[in-house]
Amino acid sequence: MMSGTASEKTLDLTLHVWRQKHRQAEGQFVTYEAPDISPDMSFLEMLDVVNERLIGRGEEPIAFDHDCREGICGQCGVVINGEAHGPRRGVTACQLHMRSFKDKDSLTIEPFRAEAFPVVKDLMVDRGALDRIVASGGFISVATGSAPEANSIPVPKGDADLAMDAAACIGCGACVAACPNASAMLFLSAKAAHLNYLPQGQPERSRRVLAMVEQMDEDGFGSCSAHAECEAVCPKQIPIEFIARTNRDYLWGALTARK
Amino acid sequence: MRLEANVPPGPLDQKWSRYRLDMKLVSPANRRKFSVIVVGSGLAGASVAATMAEQGYKVDCFCYQDSPRRAHSIAAQGGINAAKNYQNDGDSIDRLFYDTIKGGDFRSREANVYRLAETSVNIIDQCVAQGVPFAREYGGTLANRSFGGAQVSRTFYARGQTGQQLLLGAYQALERQIGLGAVTMHTRHEMQELVVVDGRARGIVTRDLATGEIESHSADAVVLASGGYGTVFYLATYAKGANTTAIWRAYKKGAAFGNPCFTQIHPTCIPVSGDHQSKLTLMSESLRNDGRIWVPKSQGDHRAPGQIPEDERDYYLERKYPSYGNLSPRDISSRAAKEVCDEGRGVGKTGLGVYLDFADAIGRLGKDQIRERYGNLFDMYELITDEDPYKIPMRIYPATHYTMGGLWVDYSLMSNLPGLFVLGEANFSDHGANRLGASALMQGLADGYFVAPLTVANYLASNKLGKVATSHDAFRESEASVSGRMKTLLNIKGRRTVDTFHRELGKLMWEYCGMARSEEGLRTALEKIPALRQEFWEDVRVLGEDGEVNQSLEKAGRVADFLELGELMCRDALARRESCGAHLRLESQTEEGEALRDDENYCHVAAWQYAGEETAPERVVEPLAFENVTLQTRSYK
Repeated sequence: MMSGTASEKTLDLTLHVWRQKHRQAEGQFVTYEAPDISPDMSFLEMLDVVNERLIGRGEEPIAFDHDCREGICGQCGVVINGEAHGPRRGVTACQLHMRSFKDKDSLTIEPFRAEAFPVVKDLMVDRGALDRIVASGGFISVATGSAPEANSIPVPKGDADLAMDAAACIGCGACVAACPNASAMLFLSAKAAHLNYLPQGQPERSRRVLAMVEQMDEDGFGSCSAHAECEAVCPKQIPIEFIARTNRDYLWGALTARK
Repeated sequence: MRLEANVPPGPLDQKWSRYRLDMKLVSPANRRKFSVIVVGSGLAGASVAATMAEQGYKVDCFCYQDSPRRAHSIAAQGGINAAKNYQNDGDSIDRLFYDTIKGGDFRSREANVYRLAETSVNIIDQCVAQGVPFAREYGGTLANRSFGGAQVSRTFYARGQTGQQLLLGAYQALERQIGLGAVTMHTRHEMQELVVVDGRARGIVTRDLATGEIESHSADAVVLASGGYGTVFYLATYAKGANTTAIWRAYKKGAAFGNPCFTQIHPTCIPVSGDHQSKLTLMSESLRNDGRIWVPKSQGDHRAPGQIPEDERDYYLERKYPSYGNLSPRDISSRAAKEVCDEGRGVGKTGLGVYLDFADAIGRLGKDQIRERYGNLFDMYELITDEDPYKIPMRIYPATHYTMGGLWVDYSLMSNLPGLFVLGEANFSDHGANRLGASALMQGLADGYFVAPLTVANYLASNKLGKVATSHDAFRESEASVSGRMKTLLNIKGRRTVDTFHRELGKLMWEYCGMARSEEGLRTALEKIPALRQEFWEDVRVLGEDGEVNQSLEKAGRVADFLELGELMCRDALARRESCGAHLRLESQTEEGEALRDDENYCHVAAWQYAGEETAPERVVEPLAFENVTLQTRSYK
């Protein structure tokens, strides 16, 4: 092998991985040595390599969620050394590369933990509660076929851009995992802001926020107390100002609600 | 078997209204009595499930991911075409129709493509009303751009995340119906069998990926919107879980598979960095507007790109195709890149890459201008490769990106199995032998929002469908066969992991059924794939148990199906002794090395019908008649 450039050196790592057979089972950390890891691998490719070796030894591979592996589907997500999606800002675990780590590093890898996210197996959790928040009000009620001509609703460019900033959320749940209260407010407010910034979203503006917050409470998420850990770990860098905005919409909605 | 396209009579631009006038309707009060199964929750699946539920049908929707919002439509970057003609630059439904037919190299059905172009305008209205944050002009109207070499600006986009935003629109419509109780959503459920009763599709058998439970679901119609099968190549721009199982199981129950060999290879992906590579990431092809593609002139030149003098570089696209140069179409650019790498002139550690160099553009326009145009793509490239493309040329290589082939469907998107509808990338219908940029999203949503909700309703209203319970023998048999298959895979207890088989199959497909295909190569593949399949069933190692989360078992089931599909793709490529669109047969080229169509013998859809484990499948032909366009030969010289 040629030597000289940094990218050709491999890493020898020690992993402490959460293993839990199923939802009701007791879990525990298990330690694995992971030698010869290429810095060009993504974090999930490193787990693939570890799993191939485990299967070779007759041991069950580590279960983890993933799908698109290009940072957009939101299905992957683990906590690495205490940080959701790992040490690098603004990326998901699938786009985190092993060059972010050093030789001989020790990594603790565990699932996104929250009361509302029960563990399914090992590093996989059930994030169905996030879908339920959307189902409660995260939409514009417009049946197929009933839409007006697209350009009949002008949208100021600034509003469209802000709505897009909010709509960039990938629903991974890192914000929940990072929050000391396990609140889903960043996720919720990103959806609320996306729709509430647009003229199309105005008719359901208050109803939307009230319903989503009620569903969030019902599913066992905590409340927001402005720790801002969510913003720090968000792979799409959704800002917490959307939470402030959503709080205003909530307050206005609660004051003016008619049963 | 004969394939009836069931295209309505009359002039092209009146066929779809004619169909809607002639179709039978179900009255609103009766819709609740009909149930529909939808497999897949991408653009096509989510939109058909939401729309049919809005109309009052009882819908069950299934996806293998943990949420319907994860489907891989979400990763589409560029945009969605629609013949709105907002830019007043001469676009029309007829022009979008013509561009799509020509782009498909005259291997798609005129009537379906025309309906797609007609419906495109309604899609944009619907998406805007749902709150899709499309790019806007300062005046508040929708912005458009030209995409994929189109001469008009008809592409609508939401930054580089158009697929994500369109999918979220459809997902939110779907979640609304879930909240209202009109759709029952089954996440982490994978379809394992199609159930056919009295010749009609009447349900599916699924495996719950969280518990391993095998479940039966019956319905009056089954809609497959399960996406494409490009992961047969292992390395592809698809999601890791993307698979062929839903459509393959339907094929084995009698649904014909149309044009399986038509696969699109995208020229601008980030190259493989090593054996650990698990997937490939696409870089938008807009980069080719300003980047120059080159490799060293001599083999084995390992100098850094900056050290290679101008006269020792081969700008091969500019040299071979002087008028289109770096903007030559996807298939031509992809093939040319593979050729120079096969000659030993590829760059990067693996030698499987070519340079896409922005030095000239930066010199001409300045770094700021380039950042303005491509900043997010440059950042993504640097994140993955750890190289700064403002200083070092990007390295790119082609990767499988889309499959034009899929289950055969008639004009109503119904397969030859009554009651089985196939939508989006899972069907073969609209893109012929090559898909144009920004047309996949259009097709998924046209099928799901506007076509299938009507054609499925017509089917339900036109046929006397008694109820079939999941206790029916056909369900029991399918459940038994699914459990048996799981047990067989677990009991092989061999030596090789599932991934090693998948990688090996991928290499065979890439080598022999990729960008350039030959009689000899395809015959080699047709010997090697069955041998690999046999080895798989003798030596694969799947640990763990059936009744729990078992990701190796999930993968094993998918790879087992890919090992069969790969063979069918090679058969199809071998039987089509012409070149067309993305399908290049080395024996069928012009003197200049261009794809040479054979309209006399191959102006048809080739649909394959399963005939049992021991018998070769039957190739059935649906002739294509072009009554509204003249067949032409493309030239990019």
